Amino acid sequence: MKSIFFHFMPYRDLPEDFDKKHESIWVTPPNDELCDPNMVRQYYKWSLDELELADRLGFDGVGVNEHHQNGYGFMASPNLMAAALARRTPNNSAICVLGNTLALYTPATRVAEEFAMIDCLSDGRLVAGFPVGTSMDVNFCYGVTPTLTRPRYREAVDLITQAWTRPGPFTFNGEFNQLRYVNPWPKPLQKPHPPVWLAGGGSVETWELAGDRDWTYNYLSFFGYQLAQKVMGGFWETMDRMGVDRNPYRAGYSQQICVSETDERAEEEYLEHVMYFFNKCMHTPPWFREAPGYRTRRSSEFAIKSNQATEIVRMATMEKDWKTLVDSGMIIAGSPATVADRLIEAAKTLNAGNLIALLQIGSMPHHLTEKNITLFAEEVLPRIRGQWADEGWDHRWWPSGAASRVGTLAGEPERSAR
Amino acid sequence: MTDVMTNPMPSYALERHFALVSGRVPATVLVAGSGEPVLYLHGAGGLAWNPLLEALAGQYTVYAPEHPGAGQTDLLHLRDMWDLALYYDELLDALQLPTVAVVGHSFGGMAAAELAANSRPRVSKLVLIAPIGFWRDDAPIADLAGISPEHLIQLLLHDPSGPLAAALAPPRHDPQAMFEATVRMASILHFIWPLPDKGLKRRLHRVTAPTLLLWGTGDKLVPPVYAEEFDSRLSDSRLELIENAGHLPHLEQPAATCACVLKFLG
Repeated sequence: MKSIFFHFMPYRDLPEDFDKKHESIWVTPPNDELCDPNMVRQYYKWSLDELELADRLGFDGVGVNEHHQNGYGFMASPNLMAAALARRTPNNSAICVLGNTLALYTPATRVAEEFAMIDCLSDGRLVAGFPVGTSMDVNFCYGVTPTLTRPRYREAVDLITQAWTRPGPFTFNGEFNQLRYVNPWPKPLQKPHPPVWLAGGGSVETWELAGDRDWTYNYLSFFGYQLAQKVMGGFWETMDRMGVDRNPYRAGYSQQICVSETDERAEEEYLEHVMYFFNKCMHTPPWFREAPGYRTRRSSEFAIKSNQATEIVRMATMEKDWKTLVDSGMIIAGSPATVADRLIEAAKTLNAGNLIALLQIGSMPHHLTEKNITLFAEEVLPRIRGQWADEGWDHRWWPSGAASRVGTLAGEPERSAR
Repeated sequence: MTDVMTNPMPSYALERHFALVSGRVPATVLVAGSGEPVLYLHGAGGLAWNPLLEALAGQYTVYAPEHPGAGQTDLLHLRDMWDLALYYDELLDALQLPTVAVVGHSFGGMAAAELAANSRPRVSKLVLIAPIGFWRDDAPIADLAGISPEHLIQLLLHDPSGPLAAALAPPRHDPQAMFEATVRMASILHFIWPLPDKGLKRRLHRVTAPTLLLWGTGDKLVPPVYAEEFDSRLSDSRLELIENAGHLPHLEQPAATCACVLKFLG
């Protein structure tokens, strides 16, 4: 199993009364009042330090993503962070940008260029994430018409993959991108192009795209592996229907994880920060979560039938304490043995070969984040790395320039795939 | 074809169906009454039988199309207001109506103004009830998608505590009905996201039809100050204000509103 340390780069010191005073963590939290660039300067340094530590300690990958006007993730350009990481990850972890919100960029060749730059800068270690993006980012922050979100996304996917694979210059006549000369310099180092990982929230169309194109699908949520079962179940059923194999490396999921010496100690150390996350960072009103038209009729019907929204609202609004968070799987927390056991259970339940490990949560300070990363790398990784190893699946979506640490223990010298 | 705001559709109203844009976009039109034709274009709440349609059907043949995109329609065939103005022109062809009076409310008012600016000989008279189509920094129009339904009702109504408020509340108990309401809203937002200023300011001067502008004095969604944007660009327009009404004067003050409209249409 591949473990990717994934960072959202949250604002770690929102005021105590933030969620009482403000309607949303996203789109409208007033920047002058709440976002002090002097604090952000420190947060960015901590966040990059934490990602670099994960590389040194033997994680398979480090991950970043894109959000806008968002108090729990103000990495407006993940590509800038990925470029910084490309230069400071000597242990050759994969650099997973999950991803660029394609519908925002016109022309979308900008994404083809920047991803190609990162791939060259990192010696072919890029995982290129193609998320549709949230309604908050795409529709509310960037003004894209909700009904055009997916058409623009699909066209961007076509344009970017063509820009990477067709000899330039060529002409692209799209509905949203009209270019006489497509000829990016450079093309990516990896051939035919960096592995594409889709990141989604449960749209039928995204699953079908993953099956059609032979790309991975990653369910990125904050509510843990138990809720993820519904979505991943739908994904695997779609793969079955399309005649695609059940290679677990086709699938990834995100999970908030808190590791300490003992189960009791984990609660003492992490509860405050996890509560900060759920109370403040998840404080988004329903009307921002899905602008009318953001989701297609098909996906809406699936969501209604499978009760997705109700389930998410139930998870979001349920009374949370340490026990409910752990029992519901929203967090996996405790001693290294406890955490490893549950992660293996989760991987098996979801049939997922890529763990997107969220180890910096909410207000979690730098030193505690370092502890979480270190304990995970030293005590948990060796226990879970071998999951799937004896089933003989090939991870065909791992960047060719990244170190392959399958079967080795953390800290041991790894063999390079190159 | 029902909506939360609806009075039951009367038995004398018929539904007619067409396929426009080379058969790609289905159209549904309610037809009622007899006499000279009046085209009624509804607002973002959707098409519902209402007191104004009732009054119009008493003296005219009223044609009330449902805005395209509420069903399975692929709105990529109608990308912008220009496409939509041509769509309504095509609908008038299908209805075999060479000239019509046009009444539009809110977004329907914006569409009516675009139609009148484009198809000048076809539109004999124009009634715009609290139309959108402009943006003023001194009177921002609320984000229909970015506020709570309760807040929206506060903005829509002069009296947000009356029975109309209850009728406008979203059908939360029924996920499918909620979804259909969302799709209807999406089909409107398709043309006005993120702000309703989509070029009417460059085209409105072309309108030749005598125009009645109607506004509720208590319209908190599209404040009456927006009448200036229309009045200043139209060559033949008059403004009537309806007291004790918000953004839905035809529902909050139906008698006064209908009287104004019927008097103007003559």
